[in-house]
Amino acid sequence: MRPLLYLSTALGLMALAFWAYRENYATQATLREITRLRAEIADLSEALAMQRAEWAYLNRPERLRDLVALNFDRLPLLPLEPGQLQAVDRVALPPPPPAAGLSGAVDVSGEFLPGEEDPL
Amino acid sequence: MTRTPLRPLARILRARETGENPDAIERENVARRNEAIRDRSRGRAEGRLVVLCLFFVVAFGGIAARMGLLAASEPAEPVTETMTAPIHSARADIVDRNGRLLATNFLTHALYAHPRQMVDPARVARELARIFPDMREDDLRRRFADGRSFLWLRRVVAPEQMQAVHEIGDPGLLFGPREMRLYPNGRLAAHVLGGASFGAEGVQSAEVIGTAGVEAMLDTRLRDPGQAGVPLALSLDLRVQAAVAELLQAGMAMMNARGAAAILMDVKTGEVLALVSLPDFDPNDRPAAAVTGDPSDSPLFNRAMQGVYELGSTFKIFAVSQAMELGLVNPDTMVDADAPMRWGKHLIKEFKNKNYGPLLSVSDIITKSSNVGTARIALMIGPERQKAFLGSLGFFVPTTLEVIEAAKARPLVPARWPEIVTITTSYGHGMSASPMHLAAAYAAIANGGVMVPPTLLKRAGPVEGVRVMREEVAKAAVAMLRRVVTEGTASFGEVEGYEVAGKTGTADKPKKGGGYLKDKVINTFAAVFPASDPKYVLVVTLDEPVETSGPEPRRTAGWTSVPVAAEIIRRTAPLLGLRPLAPPPAAAQVTAAGN
Repeated sequence: MRPLLYLSTALGLMALAFWAYRENYATQATLREITRLRAEIADLSEALAMQRAEWAYLNRPERLRDLVALNFDRLPLLPLEPGQLQAVDRVALPPPPPAAGLSGAVDVSGEFLPGEEDPL
Repeated sequence: MTRTPLRPLARILRARETGENPDAIERENVARRNEAIRDRSRGRAEGRLVVLCLFFVVAFGGIAARMGLLAASEPAEPVTETMTAPIHSARADIVDRNGRLLATNFLTHALYAHPRQMVDPARVARELARIFPDMREDDLRRRFADGRSFLWLRRVVAPEQMQAVHEIGDPGLLFGPREMRLYPNGRLAAHVLGGASFGAEGVQSAEVIGTAGVEAMLDTRLRDPGQAGVPLALSLDLRVQAAVAELLQAGMAMMNARGAAAILMDVKTGEVLALVSLPDFDPNDRPAAAVTGDPSDSPLFNRAMQGVYELGSTFKIFAVSQAMELGLVNPDTMVDADAPMRWGKHLIKEFKNKNYGPLLSVSDIITKSSNVGTARIALMIGPERQKAFLGSLGFFVPTTLEVIEAAKARPLVPARWPEIVTITTSYGHGMSASPMHLAAAYAAIANGGVMVPPTLLKRAGPVEGVRVMREEVAKAAVAMLRRVVTEGTASFGEVEGYEVAGKTGTADKPKKGGGYLKDKVINTFAAVFPASDPKYVLVVTLDEPVETSGPEPRRTAGWTSVPVAAEIIRRTAPLLGLRPLAPPPAAAQVTAAGN
């Protein structure tokens, strides 16, 4: 009985030693990973701050105003006018849909407009 | 182990037969046994020695291996393992009320040198002078050669300059990371933001400290590591600020003014939505404070907060509202307004020596801006009560705005308060305050008589204020101000749909030694809109404006500040989401067409 006990203790010790060895290296690897990730987070948040600053710089009102003036031919943008704000009841709602349930034939024949291509 | 007997019987008997001494056999056997015992104990001792040796070899070997490892490995600083995220931006960002960036940090590098490690200082000096135009080659060479081991070359270098310095390739040139404050919108809101510079500097980092404006006032909050990730939200609206700045700049140029200021304020919350002072500066490259000359000529001077001026007729509404509050008059009471009015040795006159009298209703006093009428009302109130009322509107103390300059801008109040001061103060002469004071006081009238302290920080909603007058009085005062625009001196202030109410003020600029300068005025227009339910207060101040479209130069606020203010309201009110009350007819009729 005693040799068995000694043997099992020795084997248990070896198993624990092996486990501790593995855990130690796993911990060290994780710590290295944390350090790496933290550095990556720092880099990314720095890049993000840079992008945000650049976004704000490129969207500064002065530059947008100049761009609007430069591109006035293509997109005639003007400052917001008081007349553009209206009560809801002054908004033209879309016309009611045509009455459903067509009966009888619908004449769709006609001439092509000059200059238009024959779709067929 | 088998134990051999010392006197084996067989050998003894045989020895006896042959006549030998059997004791010899015993001795021989004893000797043999002793030898065996000796051999065994030596073997054991030798084994123990080997184990001990092995132990020492392993122990010392382990120590030697560890020492070798330590000697051979790269040294690394011990790192504390904390699970909190590290702070990258030491200083919090500043954003406007909608979260648009006003100030942020930017990683750049500082350049320093270790002259003793330099391979070729002469070449480094030559190359550096080529990269940085402000560095002088002979100066650098002298500084590299004077024996010091460390020297700062530049606080901030641009990426392309950094690349150029790398290309010099000298080991004596080194870079340290630097967080730099960046104001992406340039000049916009420069006076509010102020500026920042470096405090204590080390190789690896430098402190960024605020030098003016909000940056300096809230420096502790911005540098608090616990709140570094939370941006500081100001009450300013970037769009409104940009529109006000653009229009004020145009108005200042058109009216040939030396300077201008505008404040747009929400009357319910006290939030300042736009604060512009012109001329302005770029906080990214903050100019040095002027050492000589008048500080108010410097672009750093904040006219809206630091500019303490006599605000002229804009003060009249305070005398009239107080008289109504005290029940002395109502809007229709007729008051003696026979000009000129003599008081002791002083003569109180109207603009261009007109006479609106002999009698004028209180409402008409405001509409026509009668100095004499206001003076009569002020005399009814008396010095003590007038002083107390102006005090309750905050005219005797600096404003509580969150910029470092605000606390220094103390209104100029006469030391004694005789009746002549009561008279002059009632129409805005003799005491000086900043446009910000005026905006806060008008906001109190617009807010139904409740004074809300102005702020530059975003507030969640309306705040409790102090009541300075009854609600009916405030309503009546706003109605009078509305008449100034519809029929009085501010007729250019009408913006269709926004019911602008306001009061003009034209004050002569005081001379250094006393008295007033000729043809140099400060024009102010304090507006409240929309009059039926006031939401915003706008104060526009122009310094020495002159309107030259007519045959004669005009210097009254009605011709200068009022049109500028009207344009600002026309542009900003839609941005603020304010719908015109009586919508003007649509410019183009949109017809529904099907196809």
